[in-house]
Amino acid sequence: MSTNTPYTTIIGLEVHVQLMTRTKLFCGCSTKFGGAPNTQVCPTCLGLPGSLPVMNRQAFDLALRAALALECTIAPFTKWDRKNYFYPDLPKGYQISQFDLPFSSDGFLEVVDPKGAFEPRRVGIVRVHLEEDAGKSMHDDAAGTGDTRIDLNRAGTPLCEIVTQPDLRSPQEARAWLNELKLLLVYLGVSDCNMQEGSLRVDANVNLHIPVPATAGAEARIAKTPIVEIKNMNSFRSVERALTYEAARQWEEWQATKAEMGKTPKQTRGWDDPAGITRAQRHKEESSDYRYFPEPDLVPVTVTAERIQSIRGGMGEPPVSLRKTLASQWQISAYDADVLVNQGRELVDYFEDLATRVGEGKVASNWMQQDVLRILNETNGTVSAFPVRPAGLADLIGRVKKGDFDTSRAREIFAEMVTSGRPVDDVVAGMGISAVSDDDVIALCRELLAANPKIVADVKSGKEQAAAGLIGQAKKKNANVNPGKVRAICLDLIREMG
Amino acid sequence: MSTSPQTLTTKDVAKVGLLARLALSEADLERMAGELSKIVGFVSMLGELDTADVAPLAHPLDTQNVFRDDVPAASLSTAEALQSAPRHDGECFLVPAVLGESSAA
Repeated sequence: MSTNTPYTTIIGLEVHVQLMTRTKLFCGCSTKFGGAPNTQVCPTCLGLPGSLPVMNRQAFDLALRAALALECTIAPFTKWDRKNYFYPDLPKGYQISQFDLPFSSDGFLEVVDPKGAFEPRRVGIVRVHLEEDAGKSMHDDAAGTGDTRIDLNRAGTPLCEIVTQPDLRSPQEARAWLNELKLLLVYLGVSDCNMQEGSLRVDANVNLHIPVPATAGAEARIAKTPIVEIKNMNSFRSVERALTYEAARQWEEWQATKAEMGKTPKQTRGWDDPAGITRAQRHKEESSDYRYFPEPDLVPVTVTAERIQSIRGGMGEPPVSLRKTLASQWQISAYDADVLVNQGRELVDYFEDLATRVGEGKVASNWMQQDVLRILNETNGTVSAFPVRPAGLADLIGRVKKGDFDTSRAREIFAEMVTSGRPVDDVVAGMGISAVSDDDVIALCRELLAANPKIVADVKSGKEQAAAGLIGQAKKKNANVNPGKVRAICLDLIREMG
Repeated sequence: MSTSPQTLTTKDVAKVGLLARLALSEADLERMAGELSKIVGFVSMLGELDTADVAPLAHPLDTQNVFRDDVPAASLSTAEALQSAPRHDGECFLVPAVLGESSAA
């Protein structure tokens, strides 16, 4: 937030996500990541003469899904265009993209911080369009060959480009918004948004709005620093760091030069993560002169209201409404619902199954957050591979509610269930734990009271907290007793003594 | 571009030539400025028509919504893919050193 700075940071993002299709946008080559170089290529994606592109229906539907989830207006008529430039990773010499008639525009996505670190922010979406990815260039300086190697496996992979309005006001907001966008796209099955594999890439545009006080000759006004586009950010954390660095850099520069937007061309800077700085990139000459023209090899696409309705119907619940549903249906706090939803659909499914079996949301939510999530984080595991399924955990929680063991004992049992993959009863038997019958607990309590006349006297004189001394002793005699039960029974027995 | 499409300058042609990665000599520029001016002039005759009531044409074919299913098809082998490349290392196409990052958006 700009509350501590003499300027406002203005941020807009451009995000590219690879769509979760099996095949490329215009041909049947696989989009699978990690294949040996140039094994997923054909005449179409190699740009060989005579080949023709045919649009992948699933890619278009996924892009439509993303646009609908981002509340965009869907154009009833859309077409593709050639964006012409020369680069070795672009075999055709042009990228098939969308220029003047993108299939969607004018949407928004809101981000809310549950801890209130910033005000809820609704970020406008300028447009979402569908285009093809380029291949990969690899330059190995160490090899010293001076050659760049080109792998075209990625060439032609379907990409959704999402361009925001400059509506973000801090690096922290930008990062939170990206998290929300990623969560949404993963929930909807549009993209896996894996940044390591390049499924999601972000560029950021940033400048500063600086209030300039009135002087003798001029009225007060807002000065705008030249917009800088930042590239090469490989994680959302990098985005936040790069924006923080860049805002500070622009402020320094403004103080030194007073340079304003429009007087210098838009600059591109690359984020150097290890150094923690942005560096000016070489200005690509004529880079803006892409000479777009309509793609003659693809026919236009029309989208009917029925088609939109059918895509919308199969979309599933987006995170923003799922948070509200969970909170109200299971009576958990907005914060708890946020934590659960932010972990992804699989964890939410696990939670709902668990809560249904336990018959109570709060207890299920606590176990999810304090135990399941903790272990998943520690082991870097996934919900689907988690060895204890909702039925098994519900069993354990049921036994705790019945008073068979206390929560800390249950945690030990749970840890053992996770490691061994065995059900509650097995683990309990194997650990030498057995539920202690009420008669046994009463007998144990009588024994303790007889051995501790001082505590009994203290309790009688009104110091109930003295009973705590009995619990430690009870645990030593029988590790399986429920401390709460011991305390209650001891107090009852002392009262009965009169 | 110059104000009148009929008169392309050699500077205009040099710019278009650079974008198309064509090495044009001074003589080429002179000749092509003349030829391109004629072509542009010819096409600009279309401007004389009143197109106020004509919808823009996105594609000459009267066909829309051509899709294929998302079903994998056979790819080429790496050897086949590389066979026409001027230079390759058996795995990748080789090109003169590219400075900077991928062009991927």
